[in-house]
Amino acid sequence: MNDAIRDKTAVVGVGCSQFGENWDKAPEDMIVEAAYEAYADAGIEDPQKRIDAVFCGSVYPSRGTGEVAESLKLFDRPVSLVQNYCATGTDAFRYAVYALACGACETALVVGFDKPKDRGVSGPSVMMTGVRDLPMTPAGWFSLCAARYFDTYGIGREELAKIAVKNHHNGTLAPKSMLKREITVQDVLDARIISWPFGLYDCAAQSDGAAAAIVTRADVAKSFPNDPVLVKAVAIALAPNPQTDPDFDFLRWKPTVFAARQAYEQAGITDPINQIDVAQVHDCFTMTELLTYEDLGFCEKGAAKEHIEAGTFTLEGELPVNTDGGLKTFGHPTGATGVRMIYENVLQLRGQAGPRQVKGATTALSHNIGGAPQTCGIAIVGTE
Amino acid sequence: LPGGHGKGDRQVTAGITSFGAYVPASRLPLALIGGRPAKEGGPEKAVAGFDEDSVTMALAAATDCLRGVDRSEVGALYVASTTNPYAEKQAASLLAKALDLRRDVRTADFGGSLRAGTTALLAALDAAAAGSAGPVLVVASDCRLAAPRSALERNFGDGAAAFLVGSGEPAVIVEDRHSIADENLDVWRSGGADFVRTWEERFVVEHGYQECMREAAGEMMARCGLKPADFDRSVLYGPDARSHGSLARKLGFAPEQVQDPLFGRVGNTGAAFAPLLLAAALENAEAGQRLLLASYGDGADVLALLTTERLASLPPRRAVSAHLARRRQLRSYDCYLASRNLSVTEFDRRGGTGIASTVHYRDRDADISFRAMKCRGCGTEHFPAQRVCYRCHAKDDFEPVRLADGGGKVMSFTFDFFFPTSEPPTVVTMIETDGGCRVYLMMADVSPTDVRLDLPVEFTFRKIHEAGGKPNYYWKCTPAWAPNAATAAPATAGGGKP
Repeated sequence: MNDAIRDKTAVVGVGCSQFGENWDKAPEDMIVEAAYEAYADAGIEDPQKRIDAVFCGSVYPSRGTGEVAESLKLFDRPVSLVQNYCATGTDAFRYAVYALACGACETALVVGFDKPKDRGVSGPSVMMTGVRDLPMTPAGWFSLCAARYFDTYGIGREELAKIAVKNHHNGTLAPKSMLKREITVQDVLDARIISWPFGLYDCAAQSDGAAAAIVTRADVAKSFPNDPVLVKAVAIALAPNPQTDPDFDFLRWKPTVFAARQAYEQAGITDPINQIDVAQVHDCFTMTELLTYEDLGFCEKGAAKEHIEAGTFTLEGELPVNTDGGLKTFGHPTGATGVRMIYENVLQLRGQAGPRQVKGATTALSHNIGGAPQTCGIAIVGTE
Repeated sequence: LPGGHGKGDRQVTAGITSFGAYVPASRLPLALIGGRPAKEGGPEKAVAGFDEDSVTMALAAATDCLRGVDRSEVGALYVASTTNPYAEKQAASLLAKALDLRRDVRTADFGGSLRAGTTALLAALDAAAAGSAGPVLVVASDCRLAAPRSALERNFGDGAAAFLVGSGEPAVIVEDRHSIADENLDVWRSGGADFVRTWEERFVVEHGYQECMREAAGEMMARCGLKPADFDRSVLYGPDARSHGSLARKLGFAPEQVQDPLFGRVGNTGAAFAPLLLAAALENAEAGQRLLLASYGDGADVLALLTTERLASLPPRRAVSAHLARRRQLRSYDCYLASRNLSVTEFDRRGGTGIASTVHYRDRDADISFRAMKCRGCGTEHFPAQRVCYRCHAKDDFEPVRLADGGGKVMSFTFDFFFPTSEPPTVVTMIETDGGCRVYLMMADVSPTDVRLDLPVEFTFRKIHEAGGKPNYYWKCTPAWAPNAATAAPATAGGGKP
């Protein structure tokens, strides 16, 4: 086991802005909202003295580090911006954990944010700067596993719809989620198609938002008011672009497989479904969540269908997934999402998740996958 | 007789050594133009798809013509069209790159007249006879636009034809030829204008088309002592079915001698019209048949052609008949208008800064020639080119492989309803080529119901979008044609001489 990371650092404070179409909020407003909530949660009264370094994650920043340093007035210390597709937030968190583990600083602030709703389009914009790789839309990219998987394992849009229904339900229980509306399988099946087999309800809600986490060294974590949530693992892995990979089978997403291998090795996890109590996974599209069940080893390849039917991943199931509604309904401000997942997992491990609380959770996993997709970030936190 | 004309050609062995054609799959039923529902079997016209233009059609016809031909031997490429998408920039050089012709190929565009197709053919015959270039590839392609719901629009169609012209053993020899030039404002399109315009129809037909064609054909036949009855086929340009039929009668041809002008199926394909009809005639011609080819536009070109034994030994090709059988009816007239940028849309598809010329320059081997790179170490094919091999990680040790003439199969697919097109959804596929190379491509000329896993595909050059106000080309896949329709063309270096 690689033990350079496990239990060396702890999350001692988390914060999250309201996610949604925040027409009246600038990125700076959401950054302040999330960071000050995290300060309060960590009992930090003087962030100028306690925050040694800032790691920011944003995919569409207007200025990047400046937006964060200026809005929080955190100067005269390192402030860095990380970008890694949709794993940006998790990767910013990873940089903080590494900086703390090596002793370069004692307490760091992680801020993930994005403000896509200043662009005037409801979906991704269509880019025409080349002739290859078109259409260049996430729905198109992430749907490319569907046809082959459907054919191999005998599932259809109905199975995907059940994932959307679950996440819509969970989102109604999370105060800061964007969408709070129960839907039915029929609603999902009847919605207009975006990129087959994804209809509107198979796609995550693009939103504005920011999330923050205060991470510190494990040896000083006890000086903070909340019970520390220890970092067990944090992994990033890149895989070949599935559109050029000569060996891809279109039945899985390799980045998740690769990053899970690293993360489980760091955390000492050998039996994921029994060792992990709650998980936030990257449901940019319903099919992504389905493949992630298998790619993270929560079940065997091809077995997702029976677990969806059995309710394994519902709030009442054996391993609840996306307890706050996921990207689907909590929202997906790209750079914030990984940090938002850590926010939710910390609340779950402290028993502060209200009506969506998973009883007795001690180990929680968060997962992002992004690009075509090519990258995956995984963080595992725990209280034991 | 004026110099350059006449029986001197009989002594020269230059002739047509191969031919090919292309008719787009999209068909617009004429009923839809008038707002009536389309009837099965009713008259229609072939229209370039939203992703096609005179360049992409020319490439398809040229590919059909080059079946079994060693393309490294082609010494010149002449492209004839009145609708080259660029006013300044050559179509021939772009097509030479897409066809992977040799670097020192001589290229020229012929345009400005409906007669450009036959004029390019005559120029190619001259070049081949003079021995100043290797075999000359001549392509005529047109995609003319008439004002929506005008009389002209019903008669126009889109298509392309290609001929290889060389010395040696031609499949078709040229017995005689005659050209006249004529000044008449009968049919024209001013610079910058979208639509072709004409003067009053009876004047145009009587004093433009029929007068010139009768004069040129009459003089040639008189000179070489041939009568209409001496020809097995007359292959005549015509602005519309009635004028065409009337000219054939006035020239003295019996109906059974006249090559079907395909009105109601394809339409008047402009500079490509007489060439396309010639390709159709050659498909069914036997050795020793005499054909009269006559083309009109600002004068007329007339050729007396004689087929040889060589014609029957050409490898199978699609020519015109296979394309006529491959039809895809447009949903509505609005789809047609949108495909020609003739409907008002929320977003201008031609807007934006477009592709950087530097990017186009660096990517042209991949994007235009559709070349993959094969690792010399482990044989893995990569598209686009990589510096380091995905499998064996060897660095900078690759050789080019032309994908365009091969095929592949569908690994996976999706239907994208967001990508801007006149006929959503866009069918998007992951293709594994015959050589194992993975390529992400849109699929052309299909509906979602035509797509399945492992479907065999071939590749087709298309206009991907018009960002920056210019056509931006790349390749798409399309379901592979049935084996009896000459599916696989040989790779670049393969095949014998024509």
